[in-house]
Amino acid sequence: MSEQTLLKVTVDNITIEVPAGTTVLQAARQIGGAVAPPAMCYYSKLQGSGGKCRTCLVEVSKGSEKDPRPMPKLVASCRTTVMDGMEVKNITSEKVIDARAGVVEFLLLNHPLDCPICDQAGECHLQDLSFEHGKSSTRYEFQRRTFKKHDIGKHIQLHMTRCILCYRCVFVADQLTNKRAHGILDRGDHAEIATHIEKSLDNEFIGNVIDVCPVGALTDKTFRFKNRVWFLKPMDAHRNCPTCSGRVTLWNRGDEVFRVTARKDEWGEIEDTPEGKPGWICNTCRFDKKHAADWIIQGPREISRHSVIAQGHYAGNIGTTLPTEIFNAVNEGRSPHLLMDIHNESEVNLPSVHLSEIEGPSHGTTFNNNINKPNK
Amino acid sequence: MGVKLLLEKANVPGIRTYDVYRREGGYVTAEKALKEMTIEAIVEEVKKSGLRGRGGAGFPAGMKWSFIAKPEGVPRHLVCNADESEPGTFKDRYLMEFLPHLLIEGLLISSFALGSNDTYIYIRGEYAWVATILEEAIEEATKNGFLGNNILGTGFDCRIHVHRGAGAYICGEETALIESLEGKRGNPRIKPPFPAIQGVWMRPTVVNNVETLAAIVPIIKMGGEEYAKIGIGRSTGTKLISACGNINKPGVYEIDMTISVEDFIYSDEYCGGIANGKKLKACIPGGSSVPILPANLLLKTAKGETRYMNYESLSDGGFATGSMMGSGGFIVLDEDQCIVKNTLTLARFYRHESCGQCSPCREGTGWMEKIIQKIELGKGEISDIDLLWDIQRKIEGNTICPLGDAAAWPVAAAIRHFRDEFEWHINNRELSQTSNFGLQHYADPIHVPA
Repeated sequence: MSEQTLLKVTVDNITIEVPAGTTVLQAARQIGGAVAPPAMCYYSKLQGSGGKCRTCLVEVSKGSEKDPRPMPKLVASCRTTVMDGMEVKNITSEKVIDARAGVVEFLLLNHPLDCPICDQAGECHLQDLSFEHGKSSTRYEFQRRTFKKHDIGKHIQLHMTRCILCYRCVFVADQLTNKRAHGILDRGDHAEIATHIEKSLDNEFIGNVIDVCPVGALTDKTFRFKNRVWFLKPMDAHRNCPTCSGRVTLWNRGDEVFRVTARKDEWGEIEDTPEGKPGWICNTCRFDKKHAADWIIQGPREISRHSVIAQGHYAGNIGTTLPTEIFNAVNEGRSPHLLMDIHNESEVNLPSVHLSEIEGPSHGTTFNNNINKPNK
Repeated sequence: MGVKLLLEKANVPGIRTYDVYRREGGYVTAEKALKEMTIEAIVEEVKKSGLRGRGGAGFPAGMKWSFIAKPEGVPRHLVCNADESEPGTFKDRYLMEFLPHLLIEGLLISSFALGSNDTYIYIRGEYAWVATILEEAIEEATKNGFLGNNILGTGFDCRIHVHRGAGAYICGEETALIESLEGKRGNPRIKPPFPAIQGVWMRPTVVNNVETLAAIVPIIKMGGEEYAKIGIGRSTGTKLISACGNINKPGVYEIDMTISVEDFIYSDEYCGGIANGKKLKACIPGGSSVPILPANLLLKTAKGETRYMNYESLSDGGFATGSMMGSGGFIVLDEDQCIVKNTLTLARFYRHESCGQCSPCREGTGWMEKIIQKIELGKGEISDIDLLWDIQRKIEGNTICPLGDAAAWPVAAAIRHFRDEFEWHINNRELSQTSNFGLQHYADPIHVPA
């Protein structure tokens, strides 16, 4: 069959045609912008990933053209395939927004929030997620679970305390390396990623677990505590590597190469090579080639969404493909995405606050104490 | 005296062995099914019987069977779910321990109907001695030509394998059971695809509870229509109830689903009333995951009608004023029991048994346990109750498998019906450590938080 049947799917009132077998999440990503649900565990390049973190839950308000009944529960958009005529509500559904806020709270329960000393800060998906969908405080008042740090292999450190158990690294080891040496031990909230009896991971492609980790649980020991990602300049580069594609992003400061990562697209996933294969890189490229002379520089890296470096430079299509009337209505005026978020969160901007009525110099606590906050 | 179909012969001495079981009319039904009936006819009888899955969800068994995909050249499998781990439920153990051949006969007929040449019994590891009994029974049946190759000369091959689990509640969920059977970590799969399309080793699979499969024997013996006449409405046939808690006669009872809950608790034939002359306070009617009901709502529905022991009547009123039939683990609590402590025990169980795969269940169950423990220890705040309510609401329905719901429902129901007891615990910090709330709630109106 040369001609593929296209199915119509509507996400947040925007209709798009996609080939059969596409997931709701992929369809929403094709629309882009705020319509795409966040995903912490799903990784399109890893078979079988997804469905676990529950951040991508969406409401299916119409099953399909044939069977228009809505689905009874929220579904994980990353694992639900599109049916013809399906109507999906993401940010237009209050149920979804409520459930997602709940999931973010759950994910942060046992997360240490040690962002100030975490190497992932600035490109952490959990940071983005909690900023966009979470609440500013937690209701959890008990001790968080902690683990000792483990060195798994020469170059990778595992800090289980930060882990959100997305299973991505397990899938990487399963699908990229010939002999998986790590997995999940125990179950429930005491489950942990571990190698059995402190074995080290030494496969040539195991370094990719660092790239797929959405949080700072797996970090590059050659880069740990060396620099903040937002002080570094990402440059596309390549080398003639016998084992991998050799297409990487160098993170430079001046001429010094601080770290090497695979190239990531706007969803934080590994970019495909021109041949259409996922651009995983080998440990040699990642850990050993730390001189500018090792690489042929191609030019500055296009800014990815999931990085603080993207601030103000992100070239994605937020706000461009969305019908404005809907967007404004559902987003409570969050049209300029980031700025309005800050505006909404800041108490200084509450319409009920009259600056002239506050006595003395004012700061955050003054506002909190002196004003009657309207129910937000 | 109610109708007995499954446990009719349970008291015959030596019924565990093939010889006695055969003498008592065993395997006659299997002979009838394999020799005289077509596959379609068997499935049709099961459909007519209206038999509902006895594992907890109550899904019609005949319909489940008709969903199984039948691609050319791909083997199909029947898996018997004997991972009976729901607290308060022990009916399958009784059945397997005393009537292993009844299960095997049911398995044989079902395997024939589904075309499964390799049938598995996934039994929980803690039932070590039961697994041995089953293996012995399988050996006996094989020796007598009811299992193995070319059974009864029909050309049908069937082997039954007993697979021991390693002690995980989650492996009672059908897709987690399948993963575990394949030798993997017992994490539930994301559905679809359903096991009827891709189950064990990606082959079409039907997973049924022990009691469901055993009930196939009387259905084929007496015919689906006759079987459907027992019971009431959509609750056909007989159901095993494992009654426990503060009652005079705990044990496994076979009921025909027309008996009222009051009769079941107080009649001498069944539970024999509340132990030590105490009063009934509450009851969990279908295994630990179903909502708990206070005495007034247990015996009568919110409309004031008598509540019966069947699927429809127990769930009358939805979750606001009703509960569920579940797996039939009937747990009775008397006036001395503390609901907060009871809820804590359940919350701890679900925290311990959550597989940790999806975040709401992994984190939420632990959080709920900690909050309830805080209240139980007399350190709670009134706001904790609302917090608990909010947490359970965010777990329910947002997880991969039903364990999230199972963890949320008991907490929700405890707060819904016994909010005053939680509040009493919080307001009387010292008193609650030494004494009990008792029956103050007994005649109270129903609490339904907005």
